[in-house]
Amino acid sequence: MAPVLQSSQPWVEKYRPKQVKDVAHQDEVIRVLNNTLETADCPHMLFYGPPGTGKTTTALAIAHQLYGPELYKSRVLELNASDDRGINVVRTKIKDFASVAVASGQRQGGYPCPPYKIIVLDEADSMTEDAQNALRRTMETYSKITRFFFICNYISRIIEPLASRCAKFRFKPLPQEVMGSRISYICKEEGLNLDDEVLSTLSVISQGDLRRAITYLQGAARLYGSSISCKDLINVSGVIPPEASEALFFACKSGNFDLANKEVSNIIAEGYPVSQMLDQLLDMVVEADDISDEQKARICQKLAEADKCLIDGADEYLQLLDVTSNTMRALCNMPEDFTYEA
Amino acid sequence: MLWVDKYRPKSLDNMNVHEDIAENLKKLVSEQDCPHLLFYGPSGSGKKTLIMALLRQMFGSSSEKVKVENKAWKIDAGSRTIEIELTTLSSTNHVEMNPSDAGFQDRYIVQEIIKEMAKNRPLVDAKGKRGFKVLVLNEVDKLSREAQHSLRRTMEKYSSSCRLILCCNSSSKVTEAIRSRCLNVRVNAPKEDQIVNVLEFIGKKEGLQLPVGFAARIAEKSNRSLRRAILSFETCRVQQYPFTSNQAIPPMDWEEYVSEIVSDIMKEQSPKRFAYSYTSCLCENFTFIIRKIIYISHCGDYFNFGYQPDTHSILFLEVLVVHRLLCIFCIVLCRLFQVRGKIYELLTNCIPPEIVLKRLLYELLRKLDDELKHEVCHWAAYYEHRMHLGQKAIFHLEAFIAKFMSIYKSFLIATFG
Repeated sequence: MAPVLQSSQPWVEKYRPKQVKDVAHQDEVIRVLNNTLETADCPHMLFYGPPGTGKTTTALAIAHQLYGPELYKSRVLELNASDDRGINVVRTKIKDFASVAVASGQRQGGYPCPPYKIIVLDEADSMTEDAQNALRRTMETYSKITRFFFICNYISRIIEPLASRCAKFRFKPLPQEVMGSRISYICKEEGLNLDDEVLSTLSVISQGDLRRAITYLQGAARLYGSSISCKDLINVSGVIPPEASEALFFACKSGNFDLANKEVSNIIAEGYPVSQMLDQLLDMVVEADDISDEQKARICQKLAEADKCLIDGADEYLQLLDVTSNTMRALCNMPEDFTYEA
Repeated sequence: MLWVDKYRPKSLDNMNVHEDIAENLKKLVSEQDCPHLLFYGPSGSGKKTLIMALLRQMFGSSSEKVKVENKAWKIDAGSRTIEIELTTLSSTNHVEMNPSDAGFQDRYIVQEIIKEMAKNRPLVDAKGKRGFKVLVLNEVDKLSREAQHSLRRTMEKYSSSCRLILCCNSSSKVTEAIRSRCLNVRVNAPKEDQIVNVLEFIGKKEGLQLPVGFAARIAEKSNRSLRRAILSFETCRVQQYPFTSNQAIPPMDWEEYVSEIVSDIMKEQSPKRFAYSYTSCLCENFTFIIRKIIYISHCGDYFNFGYQPDTHSILFLEVLVVHRLLCIFCIVLCRLFQVRGKIYELLTNCIPPEIVLKRLLYELLRKLDDELKHEVCHWAAYYEHRMHLGQKAIFHLEAFIAKFMSIYKSFLIATFG
């Protein structure tokens, strides 16, 4: 076996909380789970919330705390989107695992070891509806001996019958202070120097996603050494520097199509991601004072359309050009949109 | 060997452009601690060169001894087994592949093959370092959603034994989940003066005399793609040497072709063309109809159905109206018909339809008035999006051209009457 260097572990894994009580900012969840740890009893659970808020961490931590390292393997089944999770798997693998009862609980080595198993379904929103339907009955039949933990980003993608069988917990995006304290803890451990300005930049660009913040931090630390500036962080994170987006916005205001076209080609040549550009353009438009509400509405509508088109795989240059031209028309009060007939 | 390959920098130390990125990558590798990497940037900006150089930096010259393999995998997916063949490029320490080549089955590639590969750890060398293997995936932006989803956990799970290097053109098409798990490296297209420097460097190595401003002209035409600049530089060399300062830089033949199409589309509005297209397209049918009508009227006369000159003239008038309408229709149709031939020609020569559309727009924007530009670029974006949702690209390309012609025509009528 090759020796795995300690440092080659991503910080995200390294600093993943091992215990439920260490999970930052999700107070209600932690209270319920602590209760679970004491009484060794828990309902089916559904964790949902934006990425990087600690859902998977919490689920894994509670499982570890309930069973300890020895029993963990035999009692917990972890399935995520990288495993095949079609209806067949639900019918066979999950059912097989769920149907075998375990010996009634005796405390072992300081772990509660409750008399049931846990199945963790990570990224459950990418399961097909059929597979979810197939789970309904399984959940009820084996509810005495199995608990399900569903983890997903969008609760609307979980079918209602499944959601209603679970206790739901919403994970909140982390506010700046919580994130700041966690980040500065990591910085201390890793021997990094970060001043307050950099910390706040990091919180802003990661938008409440702690995993993203830590990844950026690690990237920046690897690239630029122990003292990191705001610019380094922006470089690593793929956020577009404000100058570039402002140049585009300015070109839109100027009403000169060729200028805007040149700006757009430039952005594409620089390799900035267009979806990010749309994000930043939206922020700029919404916050601008000198634009009327109607103009803002026109621009935002187009931004939304372009975003959808990009997801469908449309060309970045054409979409950005279309957005730019529309923004220009809105800002300079040129004629309305084009109809689909004519 | 082509100059593009001959002068491709082999190691991170002698990069011509992107020295800063190379410097950072070197730091990354020297710490023996390499995260997953995602390279993104426009084509011809040097992503692949950077990756190859990075691999060399990691594993030494052994990374250059690559073999091409056509591997077949059998994957058991529930009720059926799927066989997938994929070309891989591998050395002892890295494997490179293009998972999107597997089409809609790319999910299985990602799930099974990468898992399997990531599980097999490479042997450790004598110094006991680098217990990981590198997997280079090209064109991740073309991977399906499902495949990208399954990639994300795979990345975390096998992170101790396997590093992924992903390479793509537009990072918007890569899901947030993957981007947040990688160190993103933006590779921007080189600036024109950087291209000029590289061209001059190559010229010196080849012992060529470069007239003043020649390299700059090539750089300007290259659209900031270094690969293209070097290729057209070599073409110029083949065409004519010694260079003259006003030597024409041969454009890509397909670009020529597109600009021909554009001028065709725009020229169409003149009366001469009108007549031409009318005769070539409808004339035969139409005279046939007229003859038929005349014949009928004569027959009527003959069979004494009552010869009424009025009906005839009304009939004739109607025919004329229909004729006029048909003519206008025919302008568009007939021209489209000719343009279609040209577009098919482009498509059968493997020019991707998006690129054709983009080039069309580029040429049109150069020739149009400002008022029209907004509308045209809107429709270009609209039909390009449609092209991705639809099945056959030719429909949407033609739709765009027809749309443009109708916009242009109505613009001309509005302006000149």
